[in-house]
Amino acid sequence: MGKGVAITGMGIISAIGNNVEENYESLINSKTGIAKISKIDTIHKDAILVGEVAMTNTAFETQLGLEENSWSRTSLLAVTAAKEAVAQAQIKDINDCRTGLVSGTTVGGMDKSEQYFYDYFESDAAWKYINGLHAGDSTQKIAHQLGLEESFATTISTACSSAANAIMLGARMIKAGELDRVIVGGSDALSKFTINGFKTLMILSDTFNTPFDDHRKGLNLGEAAAFLVLESDDIVERDGKEVLAYVKGYANANDAHHQTASSDNGDGAVLAMEKALKVAGLEPNTVDYVNAHGTATPNNDLSEGRALLRVFKDNVPEFSSTKAFTGHTLAVAGVVEAVFSVLALQNNVVYPNLNFKPLCKNSIYCQKQSLKKKNSM
Amino acid sequence: MSDLKQELKEKIIEQLNLEDVSVAEIGDTDQLFGEGLGLDSIDALELIVMLDKDYGIKLADPKEGRKIFESVDTMATYIEANRA
Amino acid sequence: MANDYFIQAYSHIRNNQIWHNGESIFTADSADFSSFMKAAYKHFALDYGKFFKMDSLSKLAFMASNPLLNDEPEKNTALVMTNKAGSLDTDRKHQTTMNDYPSPAVFVYTLPNICLGEISIKHQLYSENAFFVFDSFNPSTLHDYANALLDSKKAEKVLCGWVDFEHQKHDAFLYIVSKSGTFEHSLETLNRLYQTP
Repeated sequence: MGKGVAITGMGIISAIGNNVEENYESLINSKTGIAKISKIDTIHKDAILVGEVAMTNTAFETQLGLEENSWSRTSLLAVTAAKEAVAQAQIKDINDCRTGLVSGTTVGGMDKSEQYFYDYFESDAAWKYINGLHAGDSTQKIAHQLGLEESFATTISTACSSAANAIMLGARMIKAGELDRVIVGGSDALSKFTINGFKTLMILSDTFNTPFDDHRKGLNLGEAAAFLVLESDDIVERDGKEVLAYVKGYANANDAHHQTASSDNGDGAVLAMEKALKVAGLEPNTVDYVNAHGTATPNNDLSEGRALLRVFKDNVPEFSSTKAFTGHTLAVAGVVEAVFSVLALQNNVVYPNLNFKPLCKNSIYCQKQSLKKKNSM
Repeated sequence: MSDLKQELKEKIIEQLNLEDVSVAEIGDTDQLFGEGLGLDSIDALELIVMLDKDYGIKLADPKEGRKIFESVDTMATYIEANRA
Repeated sequence: MANDYFIQAYSHIRNNQIWHNGESIFTADSADFSSFMKAAYKHFALDYGKFFKMDSLSKLAFMASNPLLNDEPEKNTALVMTNKAGSLDTDRKHQTTMNDYPSPAVFVYTLPNICLGEISIKHQLYSENAFFVFDSFNPSTLHDYANALLDSKKAEKVLCGWVDFEHQKHDAFLYIVSKSGTFEHSLETLNRLYQTP
């Protein structure tokens, strides 16, 4: 039963680059993508910093050959990253086996819907932006652009775990023999809706986010899209595919603590890590690096740090959060960081915890700030 | 000041739906979060809204709230000093 | 195919009345749902202050699950619930607060599955959970989902059912699916138990 799940392609667009290569260059050169907001006219523009994708909507429309102002930014990002992933996987005919698509998003086409909000009452001209609001809109557009016909395509909207859940679902469908190939990932564009929502929760930092730092003030929001191509052993063998990495283990768990906060002791994170290791058949001491969620909110990083201590005991591996580079990309965070983790494996590097000031009285928060090369096996 | 404290206790009970608690049960210096009344982060946000709505005080940093909302005493002192 | 699963216990809340395994355990002549829940809370001496912070849907699910989970030692009990109105009652309430000061405490309940979280927190269940929205009580989905969770050993027991709240109208029917019990876990049983407390 236990079939392998290979990663054969990756695509990403984020605040630190328009493709995999650019993202990696930024990561190893400690180049952050966090800056003042430039593409959204929000009253909070002087109070927050964000991780925006550099390309404008017009640039995307030209690149994808689309009519002006026809798609939400979430869809523009999604199709761009999904196409890169499929290209890297060197898929000639996407319908040559049972190919599925699982994509995560939190806001869907909100960027356009909110922009035309007051126009809907006046005329029907802006109505397409209401139709493009739902979470499945970008998924449909990816499927269409990739030429997927009559395939399994679904959308997951479970807030910041969306793309991680998309990877899980894709991997499980391959393991269960339901699909041969699944494109998994997510997309979220910045919107006022998101900015205002997080502003209300008072967890936005007014400066660069500082994951795991003792004086962390909260998160920076980011936008991104990223996708992985997952393929079964049979397809890898049939096409002689180069495998970038394998999805070995995964799990999600219930924290049973609070509607919005993580438990102080990281109960849910402990359960999820333990179950993922069990699914992978790996012992904790075989892990070299943990790419942490590390949103830089006081609550998340405390809970996650304690969870790491509980799972790895006095043998906590190197860990860092790349949110200081990209911002918190919400639905996409899980797959952005999956791409970064594959790159870490391929290049034997551990990314720095940007903006972290060592405070060495508490040993696990005493991580190095610079890039680290691991010895290859 | 003692009127304000009484008023705050009533508001806290009403705004945060503390049906099990009476005004007499909240001491002026009782801890509101953690051990004391057991309020949580969402309650803290509700208290921040209350400061704005009822006393015209805007808090930008929730960390400030930690000290202000320590007890009814500290809340009353802060409101007296800052109310619009 | 032989059915290996049974209904261990069930509960209903309708028209200001609570039933456990078909027997009425509490009723009150309350003017509205909130006072009915408060009366029930006092009657059962629940001592769980957080109850009053919950929205109506969570109170309904919490109160209906309470008799079923209070003496339930199995912590790997999954939660699978359904309804028609989603969290609409709370969504509307939140919309009215937006004209003035949006309330964070109302906002956190603007998802129907939060009621599963409240049950998990109270009974410390770290188990699987899912919430579905349907037009009406849909025993076949609940039946198949519960069986799949038990067959794949994701859970030892499953607390399932229907919890719907809108405009003061409340309708809860919850039951625990287990490896032993009085009633066979079948569509016929579920339809019959749903209709008659």
